[in-house]
Amino acid sequence: MQAKLTLSRPKALTDKEFTYCPGCLHGVAHRLVAEVLDEMGLREKTVMVAPVGCSVFAYEFFNVDGTVAPHGRATAVATGIKRALGPDKTVFTYQGDGDLAAIGTAETVHTANRGEKVTTIFINNAIYGMTGGQMAPTTLEGMKTTTSPYGRDVSDMGYPIHVCEMLQNLKGVAYLERVSLLDPRGIMNAKKALKKAFTAQEKGLGYSLVEMISTCPTNWGLSPVESLKWAKEKMINEFPLGVFVDKVGDTK
Amino acid sequence: MAEKIMMKGTEAMGEAAIRCGARLYFGYPITPQSELPEYMSRRLPQVEGTFLQAESEVAAVNMIYGAACTGTRVFTSTSSPGFSLMMEGVSYMAGAELPAVFINVVRGGPGLGDIQPAQSDYFQATKGGGHGDYHLIVLSPATLQEAVEHIELAFNLADKYRTPSLILADGMLGQMMEPVELPEFKDLSDLPKHEDWALKGKNGREKHIVTSFDINADELEQMNIRYQNTYRKIEENEVRCEEYMMEDAEYTVVAYGTMGRIMKTVVKMARDEGIKLGLVRPITVWPFPYDAISRAADKSKFVMSVEMSVGQMWEDVRLGVNGKVPTPFYGRTGGVVPTPVEVYEAFKKQLEVK
Repeated sequence: MQAKLTLSRPKALTDKEFTYCPGCLHGVAHRLVAEVLDEMGLREKTVMVAPVGCSVFAYEFFNVDGTVAPHGRATAVATGIKRALGPDKTVFTYQGDGDLAAIGTAETVHTANRGEKVTTIFINNAIYGMTGGQMAPTTLEGMKTTTSPYGRDVSDMGYPIHVCEMLQNLKGVAYLERVSLLDPRGIMNAKKALKKAFTAQEKGLGYSLVEMISTCPTNWGLSPVESLKWAKEKMINEFPLGVFVDKVGDTK
Repeated sequence: MAEKIMMKGTEAMGEAAIRCGARLYFGYPITPQSELPEYMSRRLPQVEGTFLQAESEVAAVNMIYGAACTGTRVFTSTSSPGFSLMMEGVSYMAGAELPAVFINVVRGGPGLGDIQPAQSDYFQATKGGGHGDYHLIVLSPATLQEAVEHIELAFNLADKYRTPSLILADGMLGQMMEPVELPEFKDLSDLPKHEDWALKGKNGREKHIVTSFDINADELEQMNIRYQNTYRKIEENEVRCEEYMMEDAEYTVVAYGTMGRIMKTVVKMARDEGIKLGLVRPITVWPFPYDAISRAADKSKFVMSVEMSVGQMWEDVRLGVNGKVPTPFYGRTGGVVPTPVEVYEAFKKQLEVK
């Protein structure tokens, strides 16, 4: 019987092994982004900006030119890169919830509002992973973290922030969708959303962002399988999936 | 010889940057330098450049970081509180070895301070300012003509050593008008491309990474040793200072920037009364001209520092003098600019000290 290669590592990923915890979905998100860069022929003209957080090493995993921004400043760095290189190059940021929606809120809002022709991959797992499980801006009401040990009391600590809902009224936004990485169907849909987002950039329509509902088994204190179940039950309820802005239209 | 034109300091520096090939400016308005972003917003579209008003100095410095990652000439300008906000990004740029030019039109501090000229950001400018073991190349012009020339020098040194450089100006230089001779327009194709490290999309080559990050302590130490080797080269090759009437000096004053300019009047006042006073004016305040200060100390009865601060450069002067002679200090702060008469009287008081 002759073996036939049906699936291989995307060329937009390097050979470096991921440093993520078992069950972490960063690997899935990385692979999806890499597949899209390859399939859309963007890899060789792309510059990426990694955040501070668990994916701080993302620039090592993607086989594209890359840098890492100060915490929260990825979209400002991406703005500088895109403005310097011009519309023919592709620029994306890869950011977590603490990076994008806490310390980097101002940069996120204003980059979106300027309609900056860059794409953001936003991983929302409701917790600070790298620093060891502290409360994130997206931490759910009542959720226990190392800095909300009695559960997030919204009367004291505020409410989980909804990034897509917040950005959807900004006129500079060209594509905005919340997807999940929690099952094969969600993953397939996430890839479609990424293609739309990068298409928005390629067409020069404005800012694009794909929010991916993800997990953190390590800091949630759950097994990978339990994490998926918990996220489906709790996170999707708080952060409903869907397309918020689509100026790309039908790409077929 | 090009024609001299009358220009305001901030605008002269902006125009000089354009002529040196800068086509990217990211900034945020702050007094007393808002005329510079205003000027760039008018001028850059005329030369197919990009002006972007950021939402904060924090965002602006990170846009500078991003643009510098592509190896493209880029600069910004701000004033003291704004430069404090930029410190995070400047530290990252020093660590990532990114060339760019910063202009700090210093005003009175600390905190919100005021909007008058000051020299109280010397420590921040010369000792790092942000976190980590790093330096910027810091040029301190005393006249607008020198400021214009420093813009070109700052870009060239930043490119040569792969480090951010800083023009340490003050509100006086930013706001005054003087005739200046601007540099010729540079052909953009002659600018350094930094093809060996810049991020432009890999386009068939190996990927490039620009980062100040390494989680391994031994490797980060090696990166730091590389930075320090660069700083030693800069110290060897790029120290600049003006020695004014120092040939026969029996007393020395040390002052930089606007204060250095004012001190020339004071030196003349002393000379008119037969007192052999000379001036050492540091032009690079990092690297600092310790050798010139040391030479001055060898022939002076004292070496006096004068600053528009409570004494920051004074510490470097004392390092240069190294205990050889007394090192008195005179300064005004909070945006007060000392008059020549006032400084001369303070100097003469030192003559009476036994």
